[in-house]
Amino acid sequence: MLHRYLPMTEEDKQQMLQTIGVQSIDELFSDIPESVRFRGEYNMKPAKSEPELMKELMALAAKNADTKTYCSFLGAGVYDHYIPTIVDHVISRSEFYTAYTPYQPEISQGELQAIFEFQTMICELTGMDVANSSMYDGGTALAEAALLSAAHTKKKKVLLSNAVHPEYRDVVKTYAKGPGLEVVEIPHKNGVTDVDALQKEMDEDVACVIVQYPNFFGQIEPLKDLEPIAHAHQGMFVVASNPLALGVLTPPGQFGADIVVGDAQPFGIPAQFGGPHCGYFAVKSALMRKIPGRLVGQTTDEEGRRGFVLTLQAREQHIRRDKATSNICSNQALNALAASVAMTALGKNGVKEMATMNIQKAHYAKEAFVNHGFDVVFPGPFFNEFVVRMNKPAAEVNKKLLEKGIIGGYDLGREYPELQNCMLIAVTELRTKEEIDTLVKELGDCHA
Amino acid sequence: MHKDQPLIFELSKPGRIGYSLPALDVPAIDVAQVIPTDYIRTEAPELPEVSELDIMRHYTALSKRNHGVDSGFYPLGSCTMKYNPKINENVARFAGFAHIHPLQPEETVQGALELMYDLQEHLKEITGMDAVTLQPAAGAHGEWTGLMMIRAYHEANGDYNRTKVIVPDTAHGTNPASATVAGFETVTVKSTEEGLVDLDDLRRVVGSDTAALMLTNPNTLGLFEENILEMAEIVHAAGGKLYYDGANLNAVLSKARPGDMGFDVVHLNLHKTFTGPHGGGGPGSGPVGVKADLIPFLPKPTVEKGENGYYFDYDRPQAIGRVKPFYGNFGINVRAYTYIRSMGPDGLKAVTEYAVLNANYMMRRLAEYYDLPYNRHCKHEFVLSGKRQKKLGVRTLDIAKRLLDFGYHPPTIYFPLIVEECMMIEPTETESKETLDAFIDAMIQIAKEAEETPEIVQEAPHTTVVRRLDETTAARKPILRYQK
Repeated sequence: MLHRYLPMTEEDKQQMLQTIGVQSIDELFSDIPESVRFRGEYNMKPAKSEPELMKELMALAAKNADTKTYCSFLGAGVYDHYIPTIVDHVISRSEFYTAYTPYQPEISQGELQAIFEFQTMICELTGMDVANSSMYDGGTALAEAALLSAAHTKKKKVLLSNAVHPEYRDVVKTYAKGPGLEVVEIPHKNGVTDVDALQKEMDEDVACVIVQYPNFFGQIEPLKDLEPIAHAHQGMFVVASNPLALGVLTPPGQFGADIVVGDAQPFGIPAQFGGPHCGYFAVKSALMRKIPGRLVGQTTDEEGRRGFVLTLQAREQHIRRDKATSNICSNQALNALAASVAMTALGKNGVKEMATMNIQKAHYAKEAFVNHGFDVVFPGPFFNEFVVRMNKPAAEVNKKLLEKGIIGGYDLGREYPELQNCMLIAVTELRTKEEIDTLVKELGDCHA
Repeated sequence: MHKDQPLIFELSKPGRIGYSLPALDVPAIDVAQVIPTDYIRTEAPELPEVSELDIMRHYTALSKRNHGVDSGFYPLGSCTMKYNPKINENVARFAGFAHIHPLQPEETVQGALELMYDLQEHLKEITGMDAVTLQPAAGAHGEWTGLMMIRAYHEANGDYNRTKVIVPDTAHGTNPASATVAGFETVTVKSTEEGLVDLDDLRRVVGSDTAALMLTNPNTLGLFEENILEMAEIVHAAGGKLYYDGANLNAVLSKARPGDMGFDVVHLNLHKTFTGPHGGGGPGSGPVGVKADLIPFLPKPTVEKGENGYYFDYDRPQAIGRVKPFYGNFGINVRAYTYIRSMGPDGLKAVTEYAVLNANYMMRRLAEYYDLPYNRHCKHEFVLSGKRQKKLGVRTLDIAKRLLDFGYHPPTIYFPLIVEECMMIEPTETESKETLDAFIDAMIQIAKEAEETPEIVQEAPHTTVVRRLDETTAARKPILRYQK
């Protein structure tokens, strides 16, 4: 069969069969017993040519309302941010994207160095000592943080703030079933982790306390007050954090966090319907030899040149098998590269400027809602998201907004019974004053 | 220490920028007015300060220090380093796929849901399974997801004593690691001299505590487990489930389906067989397929087709929960879907036929120069042993490093663990005969060098941007980040 991905000609095939010493390709499958041999043809759509398929899939994509056409105030863990144009140019270099894991360092110095730089940037933002080369996403990184805490402390109880992203919490609970951890949710009070409730649940069996900073409601958790409670009985303090916010906020490392995880999606990674994004995982040096996933380290070659290698591999599945600290193998290397390029382009000044702009625009929007008589539900300081109460379910309100070309906020009633009719609104640097004003105007008669 | 290639931090100069943010069109409030002082960062993160051209040159230089499939042949066993079609990259970047939010109303993402649903249908057909979830992010994540479902299945039957997962001694390291994360103990079953699972040993280890047997078929030696139905019978008779690691699916497209071989759970690596690029180590995608009796335990939500279009089903009380925020690595799933639709049923069949033809051709041509531990038809990959060369003082690691001088990525080495000085070679179907011949010639030359001038091989590589690196010091005194 002729196909642009299959170079073998009939002549090649005949020569090769002769070398092998068989009459037909079919003979090479003679070891598959007839009882399990698939003799039919897959019942699926026939192949399409490149132009035809391109056209069909373009039409399929056009059935979706994308955030380049619509104006989006939806965040809830995935944000519409400025992506420097060069990000896509760098990750489109096929020396990067068609490579495997850099197991042969001599011909993988590019990837290894890029990851070493990524690790450094994550350490800088989080205020931690060691960062790995990436995890699947923020949610699974958080689950692995719970598992690491339990393995390190040899304790089985996880205190999980319910102001942590609901889907992250779900993932933690699924992972917790493996080693049999008990996950206790700590309620929020006024949109931040209830310190008294946390205090009450805290005891010697607690492996870790998990909070998010800024949390799911956009509120800035009082890490300073939470840290002493988390550490009162030698448990770990785990913070999930939006790395962009750390351009302005005091890094969790400075508040004594033991593990900081999150998703680097705000740096150069499109929403892509929820993935692939880019989890990051950072720890204090005491946990360096227990961190999950790949780590790149600096070394020298035989002639004294600086070079980079995958290191401390004795933690990993391909060496330790059932004793590994995690089963992770593939991670999100290419997205870590995208995040590195975005963090580099933004740089020291840009990260701060962009984070500040998020605060400024979100606060302008909040004021606009307040001025129009809306109840902004939580009083505390926030980053780029806040909660507004409506007089009807957010899903209903969103339908109306959609007609105006606006993708509204997240319907909190889905996950928080006490927040029925409440909408979580995200305002990034990409939303204009005009768009914000239009949103408030369109919602004008929906205030509670 | 020579620093041939500067780090991006070493190029930094205060006052340079590489970004272009929109102008601020709202009041420029001072952050200190709205954020308490304790929570305002006092020291800026030390990120680079560089211009756009600095960045492009830096990463272009790095890319030149990296070998990908587009740079040259990459016969890395069990990794299926085939060509990554460019149409996939374009399609994944369509605004309607790249820039949609996972929490948008379902009616605004019908195209995405349709693609997911149709991909699931195609994967069901390819694997012979009854349902597929796209949620797992990679192969190992799929393994763990599948095992968690098996665990939930046993527990739903009141069967709490199935604490063990059996894996062959040829299994990839993720198999036992995934079993551990899912809360199981791993039991190893031996291989026979022919390189297949030892049925007697399997009968010995299987029992009422068996949760599952995890298997790759063809196995990591590239050999088809001919006794698969008997193995399925042994495991099923004991009440266990059969798990298929789809790492090697490239070998059996249109030739045999895991579902027909008796497997209950299958994970696929869309970044292998289905051309999602490897990305330098990810992102991948690891969908999991199951037989009917395991459907209730699929992670939620599932994607369903209803009268009014496609929707997510969250109402699944027996689901194992979520294994990932949102719905999986959608962007990779788009690429895999594009690939499947580019190939069609005939194309996929040809993929496997040529992958197997190429592997057998290389195996036969190289058998004269290297030891062939399993002399029978292989599937998509085969293993050689460097035993003969080891006697001459040349290790498999040396052979691998010498291949770098010829511009090739070496095969997977020292795996599977049961083969001494192992080299595991997987050419894939997208390579031409000329490429295979050139690689074979290089391997033959290296075999000759091992006999005549072993030091050339022992000291390789000679032409790469760095020579062999000191991995021992890297691990003893780890430097894991740049510091001024």
